[in-house]
Amino acid sequence: MPAVQETVARVKEIDVDKYKYGFSTDIESIKAPKGLNEDIVRFISAKKGEPDWLLEWRLEAYRRWLTMQEPTWANVKYPKIDFQELYYYAAPKSMEAPKSLDEVDPELLRTYERLGIPLSEQKVLAGVEGAQLEGARVAVDAVFDSVSVVTTFKEELAKAGVIFCSVSEAVKTHPELVRKYLGSVVPITDNFYATLNSAVFSDGSFVYVPPGVRCPMELSTYFRINEKQTGQFERTLIIADKGSYVSYLEGCTAPMRDENQLHAAVVELVALDDAEIKYSTVQNWYPGDKEGKGGVYNFVTKRGDCRGARSKISWTQVETGSAITWKYPSCILRGDGSRGEFYSIAISNGYQQIDSGTKMIHLGRNTSSRIISKGIAAGHSNNTYRGLVSAHRRAANARNFTCCDSLLIGDQCGAHTVPYIEAKNASATFEHEATTSKISDDQLFYCLQRGLSEEEAVALIVNGFVRDVLQHLPMEFMAETQKLIGISLEGSVG
Amino acid sequence: MLEIKNLHVNVDGREILNGLDLTLPQGEVHAIMGPNGSGKSTLAYVLAGKEDYEVTAGSVTWKGEDLLGMEPSERAVAGVFLAFQYPMEIPGVATMTFLRTAVNAVRKARGEAELSTPDFLRFVRDKAAALKIEPDMLKRPLNVGFSGGEKKRNEILQMALLEPSLCVLDETDSGLDIDAVRIVAQGVNALRSPGRAMLVITHYQRLLNYIVPDRVHVLSEGRVARSGGPELALELEETGYAEFGGEAA
Repeated sequence: MPAVQETVARVKEIDVDKYKYGFSTDIESIKAPKGLNEDIVRFISAKKGEPDWLLEWRLEAYRRWLTMQEPTWANVKYPKIDFQELYYYAAPKSMEAPKSLDEVDPELLRTYERLGIPLSEQKVLAGVEGAQLEGARVAVDAVFDSVSVVTTFKEELAKAGVIFCSVSEAVKTHPELVRKYLGSVVPITDNFYATLNSAVFSDGSFVYVPPGVRCPMELSTYFRINEKQTGQFERTLIIADKGSYVSYLEGCTAPMRDENQLHAAVVELVALDDAEIKYSTVQNWYPGDKEGKGGVYNFVTKRGDCRGARSKISWTQVETGSAITWKYPSCILRGDGSRGEFYSIAISNGYQQIDSGTKMIHLGRNTSSRIISKGIAAGHSNNTYRGLVSAHRRAANARNFTCCDSLLIGDQCGAHTVPYIEAKNASATFEHEATTSKISDDQLFYCLQRGLSEEEAVALIVNGFVRDVLQHLPMEFMAETQKLIGISLEGSVG
Repeated sequence: MLEIKNLHVNVDGREILNGLDLTLPQGEVHAIMGPNGSGKSTLAYVLAGKEDYEVTAGSVTWKGEDLLGMEPSERAVAGVFLAFQYPMEIPGVATMTFLRTAVNAVRKARGEAELSTPDFLRFVRDKAAALKIEPDMLKRPLNVGFSGGEKKRNEILQMALLEPSLCVLDETDSGLDIDAVRIVAQGVNALRSPGRAMLVITHYQRLLNYIVPDRVHVLSEGRVARSGGPELALELEETGYAEFGGEAA
């Protein structure tokens, strides 16, 4: 398996800091004053030139947020966050009005180059410059701190009727769509972090696929937090109209910094009749150093609404970064015959803490859902799967299959599974399977006896463990992910 | 040549090998027999370098090199191969993927070029056919749900692919019916060569009808109690291990 060898080769290249995205970019930025109050909310809204209704929406969320408490039920521990010590808006100074790649600050472009955005994305950047390449193409929206730097392939997508731009831009160009759908899946009252996001959200991607259109290429957003003490509050909204299809991928990195950075995103997906949305995440925020210092707090609300009959939403996530992950990409199966899927690989090493899973809310008739979760814990980390499967009274013939597997590497880490199952309809069929296993010394020895190094052996065994989920990732990202798995687990044995 | 001198090995604080001496010249096949608990499998694991087997005294050299000072994967690269009594399962990893990873790891470490995909597939298919291994088996996850016979044939396939110079077969006949023993033995015999030494560990004489050894050593209480030609195995079949402190075979 070449990917295994490549993993090892990559690991060897990175001798000092294994987190290769840890550099920061020295770029002048415009920031909002530190802290949070109504004036900051107004400042952000004004910076973006937003209409009054959106400012009011933000202020309503802010006032609501003041009455809310941080959730404490997750199996994660961290010092209390002082929300007045954060910056809520940061934008590269040169980014006041970006139009095309030519106008983007070269320093920013170099940053993305250094990030080694997966090859397929680089092809896209080349494509924008006119050197179109054959094969798979991916349109990219690059978000740097609080603003979208550039979105590629917009014109070509527009020919197919697909709208792909930053949310800030969509507010101006397609206000009716934004107004109709924003907050319709994750209402501003939803939870502490989602409400905070609603008040101060900065940028993120907006996608609309018109009826019957199969989006001609993969869409992707690349998030980068650069500024110190700056929260990133991205907001992504994807609408697949009747009978349409779209596949979307997001990637995330951040510099190595000693203090923790907050990332509280909201992602809303809406699938109308017969539409399908496939949403993939490769999350590689800075996880903190080996003593557990620094790293990103990733407190994210992601939810998809299968609003139409026979619609389908599929979440695939590969979570390798962040000091703390608190994230439950969910599906509301409202339309009759709709289907939700959740495929997850969550890897924790060092002192990382993950509390992640999904919610499958069966409301319509003949709805089905599938959950495959693979948690891998190494080092001193803690890895919790938390999931809810529920069937409403009217959800006749709801079906769910859940499989949660945990793999432990070493004896200092923890894996936990917390499934909640509620069936209010007697015709519901829910199946739940869970296993916990360790990479045994005997398995390792068997591989070593065949000439594999310890790193190769672990990468091979873990890649086997996550295979069911890997195959749901877009092709271009499978190899990349296999490598990432090896790098994330560096130093986990021996 | 494999030279084991005065080997003492502790497992969990208990002495299992206790002054074992053995010389295995290049090109020869020696059988290790003995009652349960006499230290046969311990010897196999120590040669392969398994952790938790503490060598307290003695030496093991292979082609003049100190084997005990090498890591398990270094020994594999140096040509030591252990056919496991209980091969490990690795879920989700196709057998073919595992074979290719192992072959390329060893080739790379030996300074040889990695095989291209078509070359590798051809290489595996030929060897697999000789062992009556169906192509379908190679697509399944390594050893997961394999029958006893499939697991052992898979071990011999790996032995054929990795081209070791010292083969240690740990009770390769255990749990096999007579047809499977014959197939496995044919596979082993095909690998006999002047440049390759083999240590065949078995409880029963049966396997040695098919793999005829040059020498037979009987272990008892952690050392070689008796050595002889192939006829020694036949004698044991008659008398059992009673005189070596074991129950009658």
